[in-house]
Amino acid sequence: MANSDRDSLRLSQESLAAIDAEVAKYPADQKQSAVMGALRIAQAEKGWLKPELIEYVAEYLDMPAIAAYEVATFYNMYDTKPVGRHKITLCTNLPCALMGANEIAEHLKQRLGIGFGETTEDGRYTLKEGECMGACGDAPMCLHNNHKMHTHLTPEKVDELLDKLK
Amino acid sequence: MATLNIEIDGRTLQVESGDTIMDAANQAGITIPHFCYHKKLSIAANCRMCLVQVEKAPKPLPACATPVTDGMKVYTRSEYAINAQKSVMEFLLINHPLDCPICDQGGECTLQDLAVGYGGSSSRYQEIKRVVREKNLGPLIATDMTRCIHCSRCVRFGQEIAGVMELGMPGRGEHTEVMPFLESQVASELSGNVIDLCPVGALTSKPFRYTARSWELSRRPSISPHDSLGSNLEVHVKDNKVMRVLPRENEDVNECWLADRDRFSYEGLNTAERLTQPMVKHNGQWVETTWQAALEFVADKLKTIPAEQIGALSTPYRPAEELFLLQKLMRGMGCGNVDHRLRQSDFSLDDKAHGGFWLGMPVTYMSRLNRMLVVGSNLRKDHPLMAHRIRESVRWYGELNLINAHEDEFLGKVHAKRIVAPSRLATALAGVCRALAELKNLPVPELAAHGVADDTARKMAESLSGGETRAVFLGNMAQHHPSYSQIHALAQEVARLAGASFGVLGEAANSVGAVAVGAIPGCGALGQPAVKGLNAQQMLAQPLRAYLLLSVEAELDTHDPVAAMASINAAEFVVMMSPYKGKSLDYADVLLPIAPWTETSGTFINTEGRVQSFNAVVKPLGETRPAWKVLRVLGNLLGLTGFEHNDSKEVLRDALGDTPLGSVQAFLDNEVSGVRVEPPSSGEGLERVAEVPIYQTDAVVRRSPSLQMTLDASLPVARMNSRLIAKLGLQENGRVSVRQTASALTLKVQRDDFLPDNCVRVPSGHPLTAGLGPMFGPITAEPV
Amino acid sequence: MSLLKPTHQVCSWTQALDNPASLATYVANGGYQALRRVVTEQVTGDAIIAELKTSALRGRGGAGFPTGLKWSFMPRAFPGDKYIVCNSDEGEPGTFKDRDILRHNPHQLIEGMAIAGYVLGARVGYNYIHGEIFDCYEIFERALQEAREAGYLGDKLFGTDFNFQLHAHHGYGAYICGEETALLESIEGKKGQPRFKPPFPASFGLYGKPTTINNTETLASVPWIVQHGGQAFLELGKPNNGGPKLFSVSGHVNKPGNYEVPLGTPFAELLEMAGGVRNGHKLKAVIPGGSSAPVLPADVMMDCTMDFDSIAKAGSMLGSGAVIVMDETVCMVRALERLSYFYFEESCGQCTPCREGTGWMYRVIHRIEHGQGRPEDMELLNSVAGRIGGHTICALGDAAAMPVQSFLKHFGREFEHHIEHKRCMV
Ligand SMILES: Cc1cc2nc3c(=O)[nH]c(=O)nc-3n(C[C@H](O)[C@H](O)[C@H](O)COP(=O)(O)O)c2cc1C
Ligand code: SF4
Ligand code: FES
Repeated sequence: MANSDRDSLRLSQESLAAIDAEVAKYPADQKQSAVMGALRIAQAEKGWLKPELIEYVAEYLDMPAIAAYEVATFYNMYDTKPVGRHKITLCTNLPCALMGANEIAEHLKQRLGIGFGETTEDGRYTLKEGECMGACGDAPMCLHNNHKMHTHLTPEKVDELLDKLK
Repeated sequence: MATLNIEIDGRTLQVESGDTIMDAANQAGITIPHFCYHKKLSIAANCRMCLVQVEKAPKPLPACATPVTDGMKVYTRSEYAINAQKSVMEFLLINHPLDCPICDQGGECTLQDLAVGYGGSSSRYQEIKRVVREKNLGPLIATDMTRCIHCSRCVRFGQEIAGVMELGMPGRGEHTEVMPFLESQVASELSGNVIDLCPVGALTSKPFRYTARSWELSRRPSISPHDSLGSNLEVHVKDNKVMRVLPRENEDVNECWLADRDRFSYEGLNTAERLTQPMVKHNGQWVETTWQAALEFVADKLKTIPAEQIGALSTPYRPAEELFLLQKLMRGMGCGNVDHRLRQSDFSLDDKAHGGFWLGMPVTYMSRLNRMLVVGSNLRKDHPLMAHRIRESVRWYGELNLINAHEDEFLGKVHAKRIVAPSRLATALAGVCRALAELKNLPVPELAAHGVADDTARKMAESLSGGETRAVFLGNMAQHHPSYSQIHALAQEVARLAGASFGVLGEAANSVGAVAVGAIPGCGALGQPAVKGLNAQQMLAQPLRAYLLLSVEAELDTHDPVAAMASINAAEFVVMMSPYKGKSLDYADVLLPIAPWTETSGTFINTEGRVQSFNAVVKPLGETRPAWKVLRVLGNLLGLTGFEHNDSKEVLRDALGDTPLGSVQAFLDNEVSGVRVEPPSSGEGLERVAEVPIYQTDAVVRRSPSLQMTLDASLPVARMNSRLIAKLGLQENGRVSVRQTASALTLKVQRDDFLPDNCVRVPSGHPLTAGLGPMFGPITAEPV
Repeated sequence: MSLLKPTHQVCSWTQALDNPASLATYVANGGYQALRRVVTEQVTGDAIIAELKTSALRGRGGAGFPTGLKWSFMPRAFPGDKYIVCNSDEGEPGTFKDRDILRHNPHQLIEGMAIAGYVLGARVGYNYIHGEIFDCYEIFERALQEAREAGYLGDKLFGTDFNFQLHAHHGYGAYICGEETALLESIEGKKGQPRFKPPFPASFGLYGKPTTINNTETLASVPWIVQHGGQAFLELGKPNNGGPKLFSVSGHVNKPGNYEVPLGTPFAELLEMAGGVRNGHKLKAVIPGGSSAPVLPADVMMDCTMDFDSIAKAGSMLGSGAVIVMDETVCMVRALERLSYFYFEESCGQCTPCREGTGWMYRVIHRIEHGQGRPEDMELLNSVAGRIGGHTICALGDAAAMPVQSFLKHFGREFEHHIEHKRCMV
């Protein structure tokens, strides 16, 4: 990698400190254990994991880039393709579906004019179909940008949420 | 290990505890179908093909991963087992294309073979089949990833054997795909092994692609002519042409692996550059002639030149029989001017050695060493499979220590390393020597007087005093070094102090063999007294009147190509025996087409002293003749005695007696005595660091198109660390003018911060850098 | 309700309190007493394991394996690193109980893990937290910080030689990481692909070291058992099914949520606690132990009590205690289609039968749901499911097969109807 490319990938001090804190959780010779956390932190800062960013993280943790890429593509919540500013992941698994998740899905698709796996043209929203999030009692529910859960959704609550997200 | 009694398919067996059902079945000669299992790789148990019935187990168990227990009863062919195996086969086939007729794996495909026994006649799967995007893995490996059955052998090979994870399996579930990161090409020097490992046609040989069907090929055993391991080969031939090369399993040598150089170099055999007719230069014009005329011309001419004015040079890549007859011919004429050590520059051990230098141990021991010191070696590229064995030692908790002039990835854990300018190599070794002596409370040997026992030296010394099996090895760079004798003597001393075995990693396929058959100026075969003569450097430093070259491409094969070419150009008569025309069209007077290793019988003696003879696998191309025959006839024409051999076996017997292996083993000896170590000169200027790139080592490899397209064959650059780039006012990726003795050369600057200060690393052995000068010594570099 | 007082609420008692997740709340109600006593009085590991065995605590992660027995497999005296790992990767559709423990009662889990570390000779523990519940991960991280500062985690606990470090590892969206060896691979920074067993984690676990893995609820129950004794815990449940259990009731009930009730409670009672079937509809079917458990028709279910043995006898599994309730409006083809899609999506992809077979089953069911079923499809589905089950490295293969087989067994008529009439019965 040329040095200039590397600079544009450089993570903020806060992110690097957060990654270092992840590394510190594991035995000294097991830095690779921190890769999930490091990718999460990198994605939170940069929006999505472009291959060069994955490579940067891999180098930071002394592991083969392809091994980091394997991780990034195995777990659902990493985005290895660009996503909108607001990624809405809606669980449609059976318990949620029983509670009306499919109707919420229809509503979201209508409102945003996109299907699952798509991003609005203005780059504002991405809609994703999710699997069980371990909160079926609060169904239907969705996740905003991986880290914020919204539960007991109704079409009205969805509209409210979407309007709030700039 | 306890012995257990088990029963497989009604046969009682005694097996070791810790064995798996698969191990036990293999010992009993019972075949259990499998894909992911491979005896050299870790157990994945993912293909599920090897499911067998085990009495009292609630479900079928994978034979590859299930340890045996005492009294276990296993059924591999019961209805229950077959049902499980058939289930798996059905799943494997649902997404596998039915393109066997155009698949290169056809005829040697495990899936195809097993599908015949376990597959249904028609598929119950009626949905759309999966299609997987192709991956570009570079010039050697072709992909058809839709055929992949996800056994993960190729991925495990990278992690566990090649030492570098180049292929992975990103994605999940059905979306999992084998691929490299970012479409980067696979750069491992062992990459071709995944072709053999892939049980289906997902990874196949790119050069071989669509050229033949496996059943059209006849398979002939041979030996690799490249590195000093002497990998055992199976050469596949169709219509008298080598179509591909595969490993021939030999646990003691190459196991089941092959380096890419050994596997793909065959492509260089049948190029347009092949010389197929004897040729003589008349008034500056080349004319084709008959063997008879050509050899008579050579003999007549040689008779007119005093023997001491003739130099005979060979590469160490030629069979022992040829090297033997070359020296016999020269000595028959009364002169010992014969050598094969074209890249060596310090010959002062010639009168201090007691035998031929060798590995000092069997190759297999390299896989189980506890403590190692490797000096001056580009290990991975010079000795790909020996590097793998050392990695294996490291994986078994061995400690590897390195002293070198650059820091190329070894691809395994390195315990301690010292990267110094070439001129400091001996001093660095002296430091370890001193540290060891101090550690063991022994007097510091005089040789190590100027060594400094700093932290790194002490760390290495401590490492080398631990463990049970220890070894010190010298690599190619050490052997090419202008202070080789000192390095050798110091390494020997380190080994002695550490109680380690001491070995020289032979440079080439026949480095050991060439010495054993007397193709050196000091002695004849097996060290017998013989007419002495000039060594390679002396022969090339000043022009002799005539040169007899055995496949020597002097502009690429020598330590100082500039000096060598000056001498050869100045010679009155140059005879080139080679399979190729090459540059010799410019400087030779006679061209004699001799057989490459595939077209002649012969013998290579590997670095552990293993004598491996082979037969021709194809007929010689055109008028090509085996070189031993050419030399024999030349001997006759020169009226020399002892040139009556009828076949290469007789030549070998002439050289090494009735028991070649025994005589070679008895002859090998790394011990030297009487070397004096000079304190290092306080050099001021820049030093050259040079290595021979992996795909430039010999004439055949240089002409293999696919190998020449790999990353390892990239154009030479000038590498230096950032401090030097800044000091010289250069730009990274900019251009630099480098100069040694003669002409200047413009190269791209590449930053390599692992290089020592004031070193410029420019490879030798490459046409682009041939005009530069010796592999070591002063070099200047300035902005263009 | 306090920890000191036996109550049928072992894990969920803090929920009624203010600031349930805080250290102050926990300690004020007797928290960390068990750990303190065990460590300072140097109670032997054998004694604690004996209590666990008496308690008949069975793993709450799905398999119901006796916890005392599992702990006894650990080479506790073996020198070198050992690990205790908590499985909070709750991703089984229908299950949401561990989330409540993490956010309402994290300290009881921390205390349980520290006791486990003490007993099992592990000096380091990891809690692997499901990716989608990031807020719980943050709550747990805060709880860890509190515990470290208060001296319940770290070196020389309570002035003794006992050291115990505990860290949270955040998952990022992969159901398979709930499988214990996939979880270990994931902590090692790899794809979460299950390992073949043997070797079992107790001999070759995290980083190749002896490791014990338990579910969140299992480990959170440990302080209670240490405090009140195994017998008291056993008596809260029924023989061989000690203690109460958290049941996550979801789907067509009026009050979905977690209910911690004694094992052996009749299903009818649990259903009533959850407000009964919504809108007065009729109960059609229940998946009693998370999506991987075979579905049971209403009548069978109404006769069951909620414990491992009773549900097993009825032909299903108590699993993780996730009760998915379906009323008469549910199309069973559509329900199965969604579940099959889940297993197809979540298969890690290493075993041939699971990688290839889950997609096959999903595609066939999808076809049936979309009016393109063929007469031979039901037999085909049963056969494919049978060829996956028992042929894979981990139980996901079986988990994918069981819903298919049970839906076909109990609601085959609906599938036939779909195939024949190209449309839904309900
Ligand atoms: C596909 C699959 C998913 C699983 N998911 C979970 C899970 O989310 N949480 C859990 O505790 N156990 C899960 N398990 C069970 C674990 O492998 C393991 O048995 C459990 O964590 C052991 O803890 P316990 O003995 O306390 O129950 C799963 C198993 C499989 C095969
Ligand atoms: S059964 Fe499925 S999820 Fe489990 S290891 Fe095999 S492929 Fe992976
Ligand atoms: S050979 Fe045993 S599972 Fe593949």
